[in-house]
Amino acid sequence: MSTATTEISSKTSIWSGGQSPFNISYGKLMMWFFLLSDAFTFSALLVTYGMVRYSHTAYDPSVHGEFVFSQSYWPIPEKVFEAVPFLHGVSLPLVFVGIMTFILIMSSVTMVLAVEAGHRMDKKAVQKWMLWTIIGGLVFLGCQAWEWTHFIVGTGGGGASLSWNEYGPPDFAALFFFITGFHGTHVLSGVLLNFLIYYRTVTGMYERRGHYEMVEKVGLYWHFVDLVWVFVFTFFYLI
Amino acid sequence: MSTEDTMHNNEHDHEHHGNFWTTYVFSTDHKIIAKQFLISGIIWALLGGALSVIFRLQLGFPDMDLTWLKPILGEWIDMQGKLDPEFYLALVTMHGTIMVFFVLTAGLSGTFSNFLIPLQIGARDMASGFMNMLSYWFFFVSGVIMFISLFLETGPASGGWVIYPPLSALPQAMSGSGLGMTMWLLAMALFIVSTLLGGINYITTIINLRTHGMTFTKLPLTIWAFFLTAIIGLLSFPVLLSAALLLIFDRSFGTSFYLSEIYIGGEALPNIGGSPILFQHLFWFLGHPEVYIVLLPSLGITSEIIATNSRKPIFGYRAMIGSMMGIAILSFVVWAHHMFVTGMNPFLGSIFTLLTLIIAIPSAVKVFNYLTTLWKGNLVFTPAMLFSIGLVSYFISGGLTGLFMGNSAIDIQMHDTYFIVAHFHLVMGSAAFFGMLAGVYHWFPKMFGRMMDAKLGYVHFWLTFIGVYLIFFPMHYIGMAGFPRRYYSWTNFDTFNGFTDLNMFVSVAAIVTFIAQFIFLFNFFYSMFKGRRATANPWKSTTLEWTTPINPGHGNWPGDIPKVYRWPYDLSKPVNEEYSKKLSEKEIQEMPDFIPQSVPFSKTPETNFQNENELIALEKEENKAIVVNEEK
Repeated sequence: MSTATTEISSKTSIWSGGQSPFNISYGKLMMWFFLLSDAFTFSALLVTYGMVRYSHTAYDPSVHGEFVFSQSYWPIPEKVFEAVPFLHGVSLPLVFVGIMTFILIMSSVTMVLAVEAGHRMDKKAVQKWMLWTIIGGLVFLGCQAWEWTHFIVGTGGGGASLSWNEYGPPDFAALFFFITGFHGTHVLSGVLLNFLIYYRTVTGMYERRGHYEMVEKVGLYWHFVDLVWVFVFTFFYLI
Repeated sequence: MSTEDTMHNNEHDHEHHGNFWTTYVFSTDHKIIAKQFLISGIIWALLGGALSVIFRLQLGFPDMDLTWLKPILGEWIDMQGKLDPEFYLALVTMHGTIMVFFVLTAGLSGTFSNFLIPLQIGARDMASGFMNMLSYWFFFVSGVIMFISLFLETGPASGGWVIYPPLSALPQAMSGSGLGMTMWLLAMALFIVSTLLGGINYITTIINLRTHGMTFTKLPLTIWAFFLTAIIGLLSFPVLLSAALLLIFDRSFGTSFYLSEIYIGGEALPNIGGSPILFQHLFWFLGHPEVYIVLLPSLGITSEIIATNSRKPIFGYRAMIGSMMGIAILSFVVWAHHMFVTGMNPFLGSIFTLLTLIIAIPSAVKVFNYLTTLWKGNLVFTPAMLFSIGLVSYFISGGLTGLFMGNSAIDIQMHDTYFIVAHFHLVMGSAAFFGMLAGVYHWFPKMFGRMMDAKLGYVHFWLTFIGVYLIFFPMHYIGMAGFPRRYYSWTNFDTFNGFTDLNMFVSVAAIVTFIAQFIFLFNFFYSMFKGRRATANPWKSTTLEWTTPINPGHGNWPGDIPKVYRWPYDLSKPVNEEYSKKLSEKEIQEMPDFIPQSVPFSKTPETNFQNENELIALEKEENKAIVVNEEK
């Protein structure tokens, strides 16, 4: 049999129908296209951030003097995000968000390990790494909750809300809540999906099915959410 | 073939018997879902058309006593029998929203992508039938919300279908910006989810589920059009989602993404720092590609119908694909031509002018290919063919004015006048609508196993075709004279007092055209039950859907899915030199003038070109391979 088919496959291309040209299932292909679409949703939000920020005055030491929180210019993120739990009053710019980012990226690593374990049909290992991924996601969400709370409560200037912001122009806070919130919602749904996968792994559903492709599909989503965070992080905290 | 696969195939040999609910309502069969989209689209089209008739009455007959509309419109008709000015704006807004999104996006793509993709590429169904079903039901719920918003006391959204803030963001600005706008945004968010679910499915199905031999360059142009449409939608609708979500926050949660330094009713609002222009950028990043989401499926449908009914291969098959790709890519880089009057930097305006005018090239390629396909063809004037030719006519006459609008210098004069109304109603509205009607007439036999009445189709065509020109052609003059769109009445201004007779004429034409659509409605529903029974391939078409049974069941083909050997346009293929000597004149004349895609070259030695004869060897080998494969 094999001789005949190999001979043909050299003459007809993978695009000539009757098979998937990328040799992947429709579900995975769908996930890729969904992510492409979702990338545009986030891009639109980040473009919005860029345009709104550009229309505000930037902080310039030669004009504004020493940096203070002011409504008249866009704040420097390092001055806003400098708190770390249990270290009250210590200025540690971007340390906490750095930890958060590290945790999220580590959860992507554990996700890769889960996918790899799935290829080996190693149920135990899939279970283990999915669980670590879920924990990573939950810790990230917990950190974000703390960061939000700190931001909302503020440092004595009234804190921040969707329409008020002690650290600078109100749009800074509104965009922060909207975009990190939108990303957080993605993380939350990712955690829920991860949990579903974990549960189905435990019940042996994928073992009976003969493959762990669902882990891969949800893995794609999880990596995407991670990647988006890198951009959100860059926009809000670094520049 | 493994046993599992064989079992799977046998499963398709007999019908799936579900109950009424699973067969017709919550169906996962692409054909039923397509019909659901079609019927919903028709209902929305009627509603959208009826709204336009009401505001045309106001524009054409400003002194008319509309008390007779009170049973329907209630308080929106005041004591003097006049239409409420705020409701006039609501009518215009809802007409646009309904027609663009619910009729020409969901009704068109939803119907024909769903119906034709599996049938024409040779697949049992969509990649995911369940997601396909969800796509329809998200659309349905979105429609229900939009429909309910029509009956709110404060009226539905009224800020125009483009819902520019701050007008749409501030409930104080107009009554339609209250709950009506909230429901509009909610409905559209659900609509976007529906489009996304559908689009991902269309793309994946086309990539993964083509039958043996169906390369991308053997795909009918319909499929190419649906494919590119789905990609455009996939990349542009999410941006509208972002724009809508930000607007929801501005409206309901006190943010100022789009709002800054506004006085309303003498009172200063606290919002500061946002930009209404930002919304326009985000909106038109969807809004312009949306034009092609609406138009491309119609262009694909008509390519197919014109080739079939000219009994000629489509002229420039690859040029057609290339031009559609060109349009798809360009559609993402021209959005700011809707914003020339926003105070944009003139240099930027000139760049967008240039990019916009480049679209004329692929569009012209398409027009020339249509005309050259028709040229010297054995034209068969079925209703579908007439509507397709109608599309070409609108595409030309509406496209020409696009050159005016695309020029920033001229657009500043024309912007927001009836000239633009005439332009887009011809080139996108009517053209896309005609493509949709052509598709319904052409694939009705496949959908319902019966024929629509051709005579009624002709009457419907001529009334609509002439009617549309009578409505929109005078609008060019009205617009050039400076009449702004979205105005409740012109009789109050001396400047705009002229052309009253022309407006009256337009309104009469609109009413007649609207009434003519009931001929179609009757024809559609009557033929569904009482129409002449269809034959297997009534239009002598080459594509795969006509190789299915007259009423295809679940899984489309009772046995194996046919393989594909040739492109879909082997129409009137000439007899080759070798056989023209062998065969008598009579024999040649009696040969069928079309060769379906599923006929191998080994069966058609009379018409094969030299290079096609070489393919016969490959065909044989392939069949052998498959047999061997099955034995394994």
